[in-house]
Amino acid sequence: MITINLAMAVVLAVLYSVGFYLLLQRSLMRILIGIVVLGHGANLLLQLAGGPPARAPVLGTALPEEFADPLPQALALTAIVITFALTTYLLALGYRSWVLTGRDEVQDDVEDRRVAERERPEGSMEEDAEGPDDEEDPGSAAASDRTDEPAEVSGSGAAR
Amino acid sequence: MLALVVAHLVVAALLPLVSRRSRRAAFGIAAVLPAATLVWGVVHLGAALGPGLEETVTWSAALDLELGFRLDALGLVMIVLVGGLGALILAYSAWYFGKDSRDAPRNSALLLAFAGAMLGLVLADDLLTLYVFWELTSIASFLLVGQGGLHRANRRAAVQALLVTVFGGLAMLLGIVFVGESAGSYRISEIVAAPPVCGLAATGVALILVGALTKSAQAPFHPWLPAAMAAPTPVSAYLHAASMVKAGVVLVGRLSPGFADRAEWWVPIALLGLVTMLIGGWRALHETDLKRLLAFGTVSQLGFLMVLFGSGDRIGEIAALTMLLAHGLFKAPLFMVVGIVDKVTGTREVGALSGLGRRLPGLAVAAVLAAASMAGVPFLLGFLGKEAAFEAFVHQGGARGWVLALGLLTGSILTVAYSARFLWGAFADKPGLEPVDPKRPAPGLLVPTWTAAVAGLVLGCIPPLVNALAQPYAAAYPATDATEADYHLALWHGLSLPLLFSAVALAVGLALHVGRDRITGLHRALGHPLSAQRGYEVVVAGLERAATQVTGRVQVGSLPVYLGVLLCTVLVLPGIALITGGVWPRDQSLVSSLLQLPLGLIVVVAALALTRVRRRFTAVLLVGAIGYGIGGLFVVDGAPDLALAQFLVETLTLVAFVFVLRRLPAHFDPDGGTATAPGNRPRRGVEMRKAVLATVAGVFVAVAGVVLSGARQQPPAASGEFVARAPEAGADNVIAAILVDFRALDTVGEITVLLIAAAGTASLVLATRFDRRRKAGGGTPEHEKEVLG
Repeated sequence: MITINLAMAVVLAVLYSVGFYLLLQRSLMRILIGIVVLGHGANLLLQLAGGPPARAPVLGTALPEEFADPLPQALALTAIVITFALTTYLLALGYRSWVLTGRDEVQDDVEDRRVAERERPEGSMEEDAEGPDDEEDPGSAAASDRTDEPAEVSGSGAAR
Repeated sequence: MLALVVAHLVVAALLPLVSRRSRRAAFGIAAVLPAATLVWGVVHLGAALGPGLEETVTWSAALDLELGFRLDALGLVMIVLVGGLGALILAYSAWYFGKDSRDAPRNSALLLAFAGAMLGLVLADDLLTLYVFWELTSIASFLLVGQGGLHRANRRAAVQALLVTVFGGLAMLLGIVFVGESAGSYRISEIVAAPPVCGLAATGVALILVGALTKSAQAPFHPWLPAAMAAPTPVSAYLHAASMVKAGVVLVGRLSPGFADRAEWWVPIALLGLVTMLIGGWRALHETDLKRLLAFGTVSQLGFLMVLFGSGDRIGEIAALTMLLAHGLFKAPLFMVVGIVDKVTGTREVGALSGLGRRLPGLAVAAVLAAASMAGVPFLLGFLGKEAAFEAFVHQGGARGWVLALGLLTGSILTVAYSARFLWGAFADKPGLEPVDPKRPAPGLLVPTWTAAVAGLVLGCIPPLVNALAQPYAAAYPATDATEADYHLALWHGLSLPLLFSAVALAVGLALHVGRDRITGLHRALGHPLSAQRGYEVVVAGLERAATQVTGRVQVGSLPVYLGVLLCTVLVLPGIALITGGVWPRDQSLVSSLLQLPLGLIVVVAALALTRVRRRFTAVLLVGAIGYGIGGLFVVDGAPDLALAQFLVETLTLVAFVFVLRRLPAHFDPDGGTATAPGNRPRRGVEMRKAVLATVAGVFVAVAGVVLSGARQQPPAASGEFVARAPEAGADNVIAAILVDFRALDTVGEITVLLIAAAGTASLVLATRFDRRRKAGGGTPEHEKEVLG
């Protein structure tokens, strides 16, 4: 019944594409701008989905049948304001990050990189299984007599 | 019954308070509850052997969950093992662990908690209740084997025990759900009374069997049990001989009345049980560590029990219950003997012990009693059970009966041989070996050992007593003929084939022991072509490696890659739905109002330019252009309020950006956009991929918007109402009426978001200014330097 016309569909496609593209960048500021552009696209989509252009829904200026659907407008208005709140907060975060690190880049997680380069797990049970059994038998009666102060540690310490 | 279980857990939680004062007293207090459980069981003997004592506690009525308990003959026998032997072993532990042993507080509390969980397990009549206690015992076993985690052997054994039993437990949970859902009840007594027959139930039964086989250390899952000998000896005696490892066979015993005639039930049980019995017995013949020798003996005996409980044969089940009791009563004292030997000589090695029998004859006699019961010597409980087992399968006849009878005979021969080897290894005089010089064992260690060993003798001499326990349990299986109906445990059944089997087992077993050197040679020649332990290690190592590689591939730590994956998912999943199910609306027009064209063009051009700019300020100005363009589009659309908000917000955003941009470099790229670094070329490919992905995703969103909004068929439901009622709100502008009246709560939420964002922004900005002022020259403040390194 109601559709978004072709020209507006192109505008939406461009806004979303640019937003996604910027979001995929490494510069924090570009990412932030990407979010703003995506916000614009989303607000426009909300409003356009409400219906084709019509008269402003103000009583007395037109007949109620000629009004544009007021509900999507009200929702889009809320969305605009919240996009603004989000933008300023992210801007402050980006600024703070730049002040602290002197960089405006999203870095890769170093720990994740280390995991990726690993061939076998750290502290592997396999290594545990292959390791030597040079320790004394923990299931022995002697082990069950051991007190809180491990005597063998102090003994070897004195020997050295 | 629930109260009894909970009492165990509560006292266990309080036990560390006692341990702080006296470790010996803690074990003493811990022994009281299992002993009380035994007394409780004996008091309810009549009900247990008759109709059974039931108790149901509603857990969650809405989910139809309840804790169901039932005390019957099998439960009573297990109470003798869990409660009776538990009390003895806890008393033994009081003297086994040193007065100031660092391990004692942990072990006393954990052993008692385990006793509670095990009690719940053997009394449970509800499969889900049983599962809860089942896993609790697995966890207790993990903690008790792991001890302080200081030794590699402990850690390795604990993890192996946990992985194997929990793997089985999870399979079992799935099986429980299958069986419970197809039976319409989780009550064991109800399921057994009307066992479900369908493919789902058959799968469920097989899965439950996996749980039972892993828990009771059946081949090929058995290596965890010998490995668990890294635990202190009382723990091995209690968990890994007397009680926990019996959980699997007990579960088989509980379900067998309903499923014993199904091939998916008895074939794996009989096959794996027999194989386990033979493997365990064979391995026990070659162990030089007395404790590991007993552990393989336990593996072997568990296989034996598995075969008996799964037999579904009346005499076989009588034998099963008798052997269950007998095994607890001979294996626990044997472990306690090993503990004492270790305690007084400092070794458990066969090759280091000599002449102990002459020096500690009392201990040796207790060991002989227990080992003889294990070997099936007359006048001991083990003999009664073995006679019944042979009788069961000889009587059953046919291929299945004879294979099992001869298999059990072979297993029994091995059992006799390793029993003899145990006694020889611990107590015999060995030529060429210096006799050991033992300390005197404490009476507190000897009394529990003797008590358990003598119990086997007493019960073995009075067959009617055990018979009274076993008959009600076996009554669940219909007798097929008069022999089965009349069968009872007795020391003398006349000259019969089973008696011959027992004699052969004893004779050949002793002969094997005499010829032990040749057997060792044969063992060496055979080697280990297949090792279940190696199999376990390969599987675990493979899992670990797979986990590392999957993590490395999936979690690359790069934000663009993650976003790319998200976008691809959006394209693939809803994208396919859109292509297959979406209908492009027919009355699609190019443009609704001519003014949309120039405004749309501005937005498109500004947006495209945004991807090419290098200067931050230009980018911000372009964002502003997009914002104003969209504001214009709002006006055309008939939304002046939106346009107003958009212009206002855009201006404010621009101002905020400019404030921040003052401090940032002018260009996005650190080198001023003249990047000629060698890494430039491959980056271009990456940028292209990003651009393609972003374009496709953007087009997808637009197409989805057109298709979805075009799918609408009815006029808006509420909007007319809003327009009609706007005058009641006292507003001419319908939007205003919606925002401040009809949907005022939304607006309150929006204001809250604004407030939080403002507070966050302000604190972030003020923090920077505060740092600046405090440390002239700025830079990173101390607390953040620590974080950032």
